[in-house]
Amino acid sequence: MLRLLSILVFLASWWLATFLVGPSKLPPPPIVLAAIIGEARSGALFFNLGVTLGRVAIAFILAMTLGGAIGYLMGRVRLANRLGDPWLILLLNLPALVIIVLAYIWAGLTEVAAIAAIAINKLPTAIVTLREGTRALDLALDEMATVFAIPRWRTFQHVILPQLAPYIAAAMRSGLALIWKIVLVAELLGRPNGVGFEIGIAFQLFDIALLLAYSLSFAAVVLVIETLLVQPFEARCARWRPRAA
Amino acid sequence: MQLEVNIESKTFLNAASERQDVLAGINFTLGASEVGVILGPSGCGKSTMLRILAGLDHDFRGRVSRPVGARLGMVFQEPRLLPWRSVEENVRLAAPLIDEVTLATLLSDLELNAHRTHYPGELSLGLARRVALARAFAVNPNFLILDEPLASLDDALAARLREQIASLIASRAVMTLLVTHNLDDAVRLGDRLFFLSARPAKIVHVETIRVQRIARSEVEIAHIKGGLLRVNLANV
Repeated sequence: MLRLLSILVFLASWWLATFLVGPSKLPPPPIVLAAIIGEARSGALFFNLGVTLGRVAIAFILAMTLGGAIGYLMGRVRLANRLGDPWLILLLNLPALVIIVLAYIWAGLTEVAAIAAIAINKLPTAIVTLREGTRALDLALDEMATVFAIPRWRTFQHVILPQLAPYIAAAMRSGLALIWKIVLVAELLGRPNGVGFEIGIAFQLFDIALLLAYSLSFAAVVLVIETLLVQPFEARCARWRPRAA
Repeated sequence: MQLEVNIESKTFLNAASERQDVLAGINFTLGASEVGVILGPSGCGKSTMLRILAGLDHDFRGRVSRPVGARLGMVFQEPRLLPWRSVEENVRLAAPLIDEVTLATLLSDLELNAHRTHYPGELSLGLARRVALARAFAVNPNFLILDEPLASLDDALAARLREQIASLIASRAVMTLLVTHNLDDAVRLGDRLFFLSARPAKIVHVETIRVQRIARSEVEIAHIKGGLLRVNLANV
């Protein structure tokens, strides 16, 4: 209910703003809605959203699994951490644009290059978060598992993973936010479809209604995924806490 | 089934890289179904010793031969339950093969039936201790380690839990090592008492109680305690 109210306030302030800056710079909600409906009718909206979502999904899964595994290793094994740390710092501080441009130069304007570039952008933050999570693991519980001879896999499942869950959720949350931003840049620079490509077209034609139509549809999809996937996962991870903050 | 302990020394480096001698001479053997009690001033290295005996610490001089293929059950000083698993799940994780009847009996012996589905965060310390006990007994151990299972409980609760531990040990005949600094607990629960000195800890006195645990009367307990106080106050 409060969420809905918050969205209504957003729409109202948008409408108000159109009067201040003029509809040519900021078209009012009905015109943007018409643009959304137009794109939806032709099927272009769903096609482009779908293509972008597909890239996001693959890059996200790649970065999370790889980043999680590397982060866990670096948190557990001191040697791995010392070897990996310089790479990590390099990767963390490499601008997204550099990674994307280099990926396109080296691997061509291909789907693989785009997805790899997006995944590599997300990878270091996933590693850092999971490394911190692994460092914070409770050794007392490890000892408990050793004493009771609980098999490794079961220990990982019942002792380790629940402790990492908040870190995984944090990595997912921040990672998803990062990927949403980067995927559009990657599409703008080297893909013939997707939301980023359409926004690039709209920018060249100065079609602000189309630009906003794609941006808002995209934002709506992000919001739905946050509400239906990320937040329930976080709630599930925290259900044992007597009163979650 | 016998535990042989010969720890010559155990040292570790503290945060300031200074060498700390923790254990200096711990030699004893414990037979099957015997209950050994370790007593000593706090901070003398009892928990360090238990970690060695539990196989959690291999960095020491000497030799510990644990019974081959022994199933170890342990109650740590803190309950060490998984906060994200219910009471029942915590027990079952350690003892995946336990059948429903055994589990139900164990939980009702420890008055935990009403708490099966609760999470550890919802339990008092006394209850959490009992869950830890249930977990240790659920694996049907032949070597049991109890690290101050009655510490920081009020007297009434400690007495109840002591009774429960006593009857659990009695009904199973399991080789047990109990750490406490309560002489009363020691005399009531133990067959042999090992008194440790202050750091670096070594065994300064061994007291063997000949009377069967269940046959000990209050008078005998008081007598043994009196004798021990006279012998040990100088040393410990």
